[in-house]
Amino acid sequence: MNADASAAFDLEVESVVKKFAAFTAVDEVSFTVPKGSFFSILGPSGCGKTTLMRMIAGFLEPTSGDLRIKGRSMLGVPPNRRPVNMVFQHLALFPMMSVAENVAYGLRRRGAGRAEIEEKVAAMLARVGLPDAGEKRIDQLSGGQKQRIAIARCLVLEPDLLLLDEPLGALDLKLREQMKVELKQLQADVGTTFVYITHDQSEALVMSDQVAVMNAGRFEQVGNPQALYYRPETAFVAGFVGDSNRWIGAAVAVDGRGIKLATDDGLVLYGTAAGRGQVQSGGSLDVFVRPESIAISRSGKDMESWHNRVQGKVKNLLFNGANSRAVVIDDKTGFELIVALPQTGEFADLQRGETVHLGWSAEQTLCFVHDGAAEAA
Amino acid sequence: MERVSAGTKLTVLVLFAPFILWMLLLVILPHIDLLTISLRERVAPRVYEFSFKNYMEFFVEPLYWRTFARTAIMSILATVLTLIIGFPISYYIAKIARGRLKSSLFLLCMLPFWVSELVRTFGWMILLRESGIISGVLQWLGLADGPVEMLYNDAAIMVGLVYTSMLFMVVPLVSTLDSLDDGLIEAAYDLGGSTIAILREIVIPHAMPGIVSGCIVVFMLTLGNYLTPTLLGGKDSLWFTEQIYNQFITRFNWEQGSAFGFLLLLLSSAIIWTGLRLTRQRLQDTIK
Ligand SMILES: Nc1ncnc2c1ncn2[C@@H]1O[C@H](COP(=O)(O)OP(=O)(O)OP(=O)(O)O)[C@@H](O)[C@H]1O
Ligand SMILES: [Mg+2]
Repeated sequence: MNADASAAFDLEVESVVKKFAAFTAVDEVSFTVPKGSFFSILGPSGCGKTTLMRMIAGFLEPTSGDLRIKGRSMLGVPPNRRPVNMVFQHLALFPMMSVAENVAYGLRRRGAGRAEIEEKVAAMLARVGLPDAGEKRIDQLSGGQKQRIAIARCLVLEPDLLLLDEPLGALDLKLREQMKVELKQLQADVGTTFVYITHDQSEALVMSDQVAVMNAGRFEQVGNPQALYYRPETAFVAGFVGDSNRWIGAAVAVDGRGIKLATDDGLVLYGTAAGRGQVQSGGSLDVFVRPESIAISRSGKDMESWHNRVQGKVKNLLFNGANSRAVVIDDKTGFELIVALPQTGEFADLQRGETVHLGWSAEQTLCFVHDGAAEAA
Repeated sequence: MERVSAGTKLTVLVLFAPFILWMLLLVILPHIDLLTISLRERVAPRVYEFSFKNYMEFFVEPLYWRTFARTAIMSILATVLTLIIGFPISYYIAKIARGRLKSSLFLLCMLPFWVSELVRTFGWMILLRESGIISGVLQWLGLADGPVEMLYNDAAIMVGLVYTSMLFMVVPLVSTLDSLDDGLIEAAYDLGGSTIAILREIVIPHAMPGIVSGCIVVFMLTLGNYLTPTLLGGKDSLWFTEQIYNQFITRFNWEQGSAFGFLLLLLSSAIIWTGLRLTRQRLQDTIK
C-alpha cells in the first residue's frame, strides 16, 4: 500500500480476526475511515463491537489481519504509543483526581509545560461547556457532565482518532437525545475522526457519516445512514435498522428483480429482490415493508394505483406524537401490519375496529433470500 | 427525626452487648488497672505511694529507651519490607490471577496460619540453625566450608517478622485492589501513562486505605510480638516486649512492667500518628 492512498484514511482495518480459544468474536472485518469523518459501528449486544474497538486502541492483538492508522501499521504498538484515544463504556474517570487533573492527565504524561497544560485544559473545558468545573471532584458531576469530561480528557490530546464505546449508554433518554446532537456538533467543530460504537440505531443514524452494521463478528453492510435505511443489503440490516413489518414467504414467480410471492399467512404480494442472494422461484424469502411506506385510506378507491392492497380493521392504535402507528388486521387472512399514520390530521379520529384500506408499492417490499440470519435481530 | 422504639433500642443493646463487654473486660478495665499500678511506687513492703518514678526510669536508663527505639525502628523496617513484598503479591492476586488460581493463591497466604506461631517459628529455627537445612545445603553445594549459623541475628528476626505479618498486609491490599476498576488502569494507559506512572498516580492512591490499614496492623503486631524476636534473635534480640516480660515475670516488678506496657501503647500510637501525618493520610479514610 503506498503512502498517498493511505493519507486520506485515518483508519484502515484489513481482514481483522479475533479468536478467543475456539470462539471467533471478530471475523474478517475490513473497513476504512476517511479523515475527519464520524464512523459508527452498529450492532446488537455481544456482536464483537468492543472487541474490535479494543484491538484498534491496542488492548487486544488481532489473531490475524492488519490495522493502520494514518497509513502506519499498529500491530505490536502498545496503547500508550498509539495516536488513538478511547472513551470507555463506563467512562473510567479517575476518582482520585479533580476534573481539571483528569483532563490534564494525558498532557502531563506527555511532559507538556505547566502553562501550556493550564491553557489547554481551560480551553477544552470551555469547549465542552463546563468552564467552571475544573476544581470539582468527579463524584460531584452529573451523568452528562461526566460524559463530557471523559470526551474532553481524550480530545485535549488532539488524537488522530477518537474511539467511543457506547458513551451514552448510561444516560437517560432525554439526556441521550441532547448529547447526540452535542456530540455531532463537537465532532464537526474539532474535526477529529470519531469511531463510535453503539447498539442504538438512532444514535448511529443521527450522528454518522458512515455506519457499519455488525452482526455475530462480521460487518453486514457499510454505508451512509440513508443507504442503510433505504437500501439494506441483507435481511439483518433491513430488520435491525429502522422499524419494519417482517414476514416469511415463498417466491411464486420471479421476473428479473420483480417477485410475486405468497406469505405464510397466504397473502399474495408483489416485491422486489434486494441484497446479494439470487431469488429462485419457490425459494424461501424474508420480506420487509417499512410502516411509513404503506399508504392508508378510508376508501378503497385511493388504493388502486398500488401493487399491494389490503383491506382490514384497526386492531390497535399506538399513539406516539409524530410517530403514531396503527396495527391493522387483514380481513381475509388475519395478517397483521403496522402502518405509520400521516400527520395531516386526517386520521386523528381513527378508531379501533374501523375498516381501512392499505396500499404499497412492489419497490417498497424488499425480499431477501431467507438464510436465518435475520432472526437474530 | 425518627423516634426509635424501646424494642429497637433493646435489640441494639443486645447486639452490641458482647462487643461492649469485650471492650470493657478485656481492653478498658485491664488498662485502667495497668495505669493505676504503673503510677505507684513501693516504698516499703506492702506500702505504695503515688509516683512517676516508673516512667522516669524508662527515660533515665539508656537500656530501656534504646531497646524501645531499636524495637520501633526494626518494626518500621519490617512493616516497609512486608509492604514492598506484599504489594506485588496482592496486585497479582487481585488483578492478574483469575478464577481458581486467584482463590488458591489467597489460600496459600493463609496456610501458614493453620499452625501456631510457636511451631511456625520453630520451623524457621530448624531451617536457619547451624546444623539446619540451609546450612547443610550450602555445605553440600560447596558454598560454605563449615556449618553456617543464621539464627540469632537481626536478619533472622526480620525474616520471621515479615513472614508472620504477610497475611495482615495482603488481605487489606487485595480487598482494596480488587475494588479498583480495570477500566481506570486501561484509561490511564490509553492516555499515555507508563506502567510506573499508572502505579504511582492511579493504583497506589486507590490502594492507600488498604496500605495504611495494613501497615498499622503489621506495625502494631510486630512491635508487640514476643515469640518471634526472642526465639529467632536469641538472648540479644533486645525486643521491648521482652523487657516487659522480664519486669513482670523475672523481676516480679509489676509496677515497672505496667509502666512499660503503658509506654508501649502511648509511644506506638504516637509513631502511627506521626506516620499518618507525614503521609497526609487520615485514619477515617481507611474505613471505607
Ligand atoms: N476475553 C474474552 N474471552 C472470551 N470471550 C470474550 C472475551 N471478550 C469478549 N468475548 C466474547 O466476545 C463476544 C463479543 O464481545 P464484545 O464485548 O465485543 O461485545 P459487544 O458487541 O461490545 O457487546 P455490548 O454491546 O454488550 O457491549 C461476546 O460473545 C463475548 O462473550
Ligand atoms: Mg461492548
